[in-house]
Amino acid sequence: MLCIKNGIVVDGINPEPYKADILVDGKEIIEIASEISTVADVTIDAAGKCVLPGFVDAHCHLREPGYEYKEDIGSGTRSAAAGGFTSIACMPNTHPAVDNAALVNFIKMRALEERAAKVYPIAAVTKGLKGEELTEMWELKKAGAVALSDDGKPIMNAGIMRLALQYARGFDMLIISHCEDLQLTGDGVMNEGYMSTVLGVKGITRAAEEVMVARDIILAETLKTPVHIAHVSTRGSVELIRQAKKRGVKVTCETAPHYFSAADEWVDGYDADTKVNPPLRTADDVEAIIEGLKDGTIDIIATDHAPHHRDEKEVEYSLAASGISGFETAFSLAYTHLVEPGVISLHQLVEKMSTRPADILNIDGGRLQVGKTADITVVDPAKEYTVDVSQFHSKGKNSPFHGRTLKGKVVHTIVDGRVVMENEKILV
Amino acid sequence: MALKRKDLLGIRGLSRDEIDEILNTAELMKYILIQDHKRTPHLQGRSIVTLFYENSTRTRLSFELASKYMSASMANVTAGSSSVAKGECLIDTGKTIESMGVDVVVIRHPVSGAPHILAKHVTASVINAGDGINEHPTQALLDMFTIRQKKGTINNLVVAIIGDILHSRVARSNIWGLTTMGAEVRVAGPATLMPPDIEDMGVKVFYNVDEALKGADVVMGLRLQKERQMKGLLPSIREYTRLYCINKERMLLARKDALIMHPGPINRGVEISSDIAEGEQSTINEQVTNGVAVRMALLYLLTRRNKDAVY
Repeated sequence: MLCIKNGIVVDGINPEPYKADILVDGKEIIEIASEISTVADVTIDAAGKCVLPGFVDAHCHLREPGYEYKEDIGSGTRSAAAGGFTSIACMPNTHPAVDNAALVNFIKMRALEERAAKVYPIAAVTKGLKGEELTEMWELKKAGAVALSDDGKPIMNAGIMRLALQYARGFDMLIISHCEDLQLTGDGVMNEGYMSTVLGVKGITRAAEEVMVARDIILAETLKTPVHIAHVSTRGSVELIRQAKKRGVKVTCETAPHYFSAADEWVDGYDADTKVNPPLRTADDVEAIIEGLKDGTIDIIATDHAPHHRDEKEVEYSLAASGISGFETAFSLAYTHLVEPGVISLHQLVEKMSTRPADILNIDGGRLQVGKTADITVVDPAKEYTVDVSQFHSKGKNSPFHGRTLKGKVVHTIVDGRVVMENEKILV
Repeated sequence: MALKRKDLLGIRGLSRDEIDEILNTAELMKYILIQDHKRTPHLQGRSIVTLFYENSTRTRLSFELASKYMSASMANVTAGSSSVAKGECLIDTGKTIESMGVDVVVIRHPVSGAPHILAKHVTASVINAGDGINEHPTQALLDMFTIRQKKGTINNLVVAIIGDILHSRVARSNIWGLTTMGAEVRVAGPATLMPPDIEDMGVKVFYNVDEALKGADVVMGLRLQKERQMKGLLPSIREYTRLYCINKERMLLARKDALIMHPGPINRGVEISSDIAEGEQSTINEQVTNGVAVRMALLYLLTRRNKDAVY
């Protein structure tokens, strides 16, 4: 048995945090009470810390199979655990792409070998992520895929997207849409605006994202079927989704920590660690993302953890790979930029990082409750530290937040009742 | 403040004093160029390499002659004829060159920011000879040098830059430099070739070239790449020429003594008419001469051992 004592519990259900001990037996939470006297085999003292339901990431890239030099399921899950994530859903843009049941099974099998975090595969919407033919969605679901996405690539053909939404609906499979009109993106590599003009870098108009957000909202609305919009980054997208939700469209969406923590000024100096897709937008967009998180337009925070090798980043800006290694800074960025300034409460952050992502993916987790699986993350909200990518467990050291001071740090992570990180040390 | 930088990556961020120092030094260098014996010891023992990932005639040759007139050892590397073609990355190439004892690397690259990346990874001085659509600082310096020689000052002059502003590193460098030196800068061109929010760089935007030319002291044409039309940014070269070509008739709108400048190579009859390019007001050939003087000045200033010394 494992007992987490003296912590402030933010359970994902009660808006008010409370002081309580949590007793775990095997994989299960068996008691939550103000003072538990049962003697446990392992005790974690969480005095001064907050005890949260383990974070659930609805969007990450583990790169296995095919790109193990960037990340593999071992390093990726250890990185997730270090960031307080107990369940993660990985995107299918591996090599080969996860567009068949055999690969879904491969990822599940590899995750069971590693055991640092639970891995839920997201499978492709179209064969080979080509945007042309639908995958065998029923078989993918049966194999264990929790959602479908061609993430990394948009489904440019609106007819195919409509068919996908229709067909997936038959099996309650959620489609996660990477919204980007490639014709509008052109050869742009950063946000289009004053900074792209100043830096002489080809810009990507916000319209590239917004046009497709609008398209997918309209498709979902006419079909009365759900759609989930990945990595929302612009004011216009937030407003489109806000209006759609008011009309009752079954649209949900996520943003990533870098879209509320960084802006296009960061590209000055041409450091490719600032290159990500969609690109870092303007301060005005950052403000809109924060408003969207506050008013609930943006349902969840997902990392879009996208590890890359140094050699793919230490190159000319337009030749560099897009993406940010995000697991290990996600909570700290959210705490620093959202909770500490009072934009949202810690309970609301838990909703966005644990409860709602679990609900949207329809997977276990997201709440601390007797009888529930013991996926638990303990954070120290008072701890300030400087981000050092050399300390990342991820193989991907590509973070524009290196050297920044953040507040709030994950200290313990418990997956299925097993302590996988204790005092910031990964044990698996 | 005198120029104490390791690198010259762009005009952006240069102070008025720094630009003045470069232009003042170039005056002295130009004097060397008109001698029969064009040889000075300023760069004796120094080693300079040009690393060009894009074709160039005048810029590369200008740097080469500038180096040789000042007695430097110099070599040219072009992307096609080196290990770059075998897939070596920029930083490795830079370190390889540096390891051969090179003091200055002059780089031209199709990607914006490439010289900045190189400069971060080598201890040699890096001079940007044109990066993507970002900057071409030595071109802007020679343009400013030419304007200053002809007009005495840059302050308060009206400079109209006409053409494909979006893809022009010459325009961007000149905007930074000319606004720093106190000129009123106007940019004119088709809206599809105008960068967003460029007004915030301190220039006036015109879509009507005639408006931009009114009362201008300097008219600067830019090369129109034919591929812009293929990419659909322009309906036809014909319409572009009718709307934006700098010709005799349009030049009547500028001041009588207005300078006509162009970084070259020119598309005769596209962005500038032949008679205007060769006319009395044209400084196109003198710009080329001044380019050597400015590059001599820069190579000298960046390699001075004692950067506090006043030339």
